Amino acid sequence: MNYFDKDLASLHADLVAKKLSAKELTQATFDNIKATDPKIDAFLNLNEDAALDQAAKIDAQGINADQPLAGIPMGLKDNIVTKGLTTTAASKILANFNPVYDATVAEKLADAQMINVGKTNLDEFAMGGSTENSAFKTTKNAWDQTKVPGGSSGGSAAAVASGQVPVTLGSDTGGSIRQPAAFNGIVGMKPTYGRVSRWGLIAFGSSLDQIGPMTRGVKDNATVLSAIAGHDDHDLTSSTQAVPNFAADLNDATSVKGMRIGLPKEFLAEGVNEDVKAAILAAADTYRKLGATVDEVSLPHNKYGVAAYYIIASSEASSNLQRFDGIRYGYRADDVKNLEDVYVKSRSEGFGEEVKRRIMLGTFSLSAGFYDAYFIKAAKVRTVIINDFKAVLKDHDFIMGPVAPTTAFGIGDEIKDPITMYMNDVLTIPVNLAGLPGLSLPAGFSNNLPVGMQLIGRPFDESTLYKAGYAFEQNTDFHLEVPTLGGQN
Amino acid sequence: MANRINREQVQHVAGLAKLEFTDAELDAFTPQLDDIIGMFETLSEVDTDGVDVTSNVSDQINVMREDVADNWGQSEDLLHNAPDAARGFIKVPAIIDESEDNA
Repeated sequence: MNYFDKDLASLHADLVAKKLSAKELTQATFDNIKATDPKIDAFLNLNEDAALDQAAKIDAQGINADQPLAGIPMGLKDNIVTKGLTTTAASKILANFNPVYDATVAEKLADAQMINVGKTNLDEFAMGGSTENSAFKTTKNAWDQTKVPGGSSGGSAAAVASGQVPVTLGSDTGGSIRQPAAFNGIVGMKPTYGRVSRWGLIAFGSSLDQIGPMTRGVKDNATVLSAIAGHDDHDLTSSTQAVPNFAADLNDATSVKGMRIGLPKEFLAEGVNEDVKAAILAAADTYRKLGATVDEVSLPHNKYGVAAYYIIASSEASSNLQRFDGIRYGYRADDVKNLEDVYVKSRSEGFGEEVKRRIMLGTFSLSAGFYDAYFIKAAKVRTVIINDFKAVLKDHDFIMGPVAPTTAFGIGDEIKDPITMYMNDVLTIPVNLAGLPGLSLPAGFSNNLPVGMQLIGRPFDESTLYKAGYAFEQNTDFHLEVPTLGGQN
Repeated sequence: MANRINREQVQHVAGLAKLEFTDAELDAFTPQLDDIIGMFETLSEVDTDGVDVTSNVSDQINVMREDVADNWGQSEDLLHNAPDAARGFIKVPAIIDESEDNA
């Protein structure tokens, strides 16, 4: 199956017309994965037998026209728990963890009769921007295997970009869906905080984490978001807002006409690569040609986002990761003399370097004597950043800018330098701090590597972002480019 | 050249976090954490007088539910994930150092 020439609607039409069976499609997906994963290393664990069984059952029932996702294969980031299917968060501490329940998103996609083909690689516990922090393997960029795929949802991004599977889910705490989507030239949505249930997402920063879809096209992305969104009694931060049929609105490629778009000057400031800047300015012209107004606006406190985020996210992580103590599940160190030893040695041997660094930063920020100066200060700066967004979005339909300051960097180039790595998230982090929706989509190339554009909207207004993304996609050709695997283009 | 956090403080925080580091790890971690905390301190440039903290951005407030026990019937499966279990219980080492008993 060549997913580069197909979207979900055309696959669905073929399945309904029985030109294609779910089993053939699922088998073709595993064939894709087996052909390309030795180069890409996107998957940690395949669900082959169960997936093929499920596909056969779906074929036996037949697929109706009102089941747009039935029989279509998808992959899940391996920090989303799946009953009976090993879920590791790419950590040694969970190497053998076998969940006893499904995450709400996994359950919802199963209810829609999507077929889970396996679990994708990530930075350990979703902490990182390159997937190099996985305890098991480093995923490669679909466009150039000497480059990182971004992170932390690097496996989910590379799997879609390399044509292995049409849909994956990722999670985004500070950019972990949008940045790898940008680095791999695909579409990634970080929904509004509360739009999608976090039940069954292995927690990193609970006030920031959101699950979202990663796909090749905007409309496919919208279709999947409608399927996973909605209130969940298991996650009391999930919103009771109605979930629109996001894809139904995407027919008009000129729907941005009359919209007001804000382009923050801070998003094109120093540190943003010239080619990235040029791609975003060209995208602004595309929107102007389509009848939108693009204004220069300001998010004056944007640059403080990274510092506030690394205090808040690390503090929440240090608390969330206390549960990994070697007692009830996960790795337990040998050679222990007492209970305290179990805790300390299991954690010290089980967690990787970046996770320990975050636990240390969070524990420090929450510790007596430092709590007010760091955690409380960061929580106040978060309010200031939210107010900046509110001011711009009051009279703009959405904000546009780059996803990341650069295109994909080389494997090994930044992993030893945490601050440089953290600064890559400068344009995505503020969106999580404010809980807003952010859409990443292809907007150009620089040295044969994709450049991503980010659209940021009002709370629960993913609809406008999809409309604007769809309009851009239909009026440009970037999404039609495909990587030549192994050829280095 | 640590000036915001020193080696002893790093060890203290590690103790709070139930982590331990080798000397080589401490040598690497201390200046790194010091640099990152230096980055944190740029927040002092932001005037936050009279600004409230934001601790969550959910649109849900005080969601209540009945506190009803629910038997998931999964204790066997849960114990399969425990590193050591016997007769329906998770096994852990003694709280008191076993080597002292054996000395």
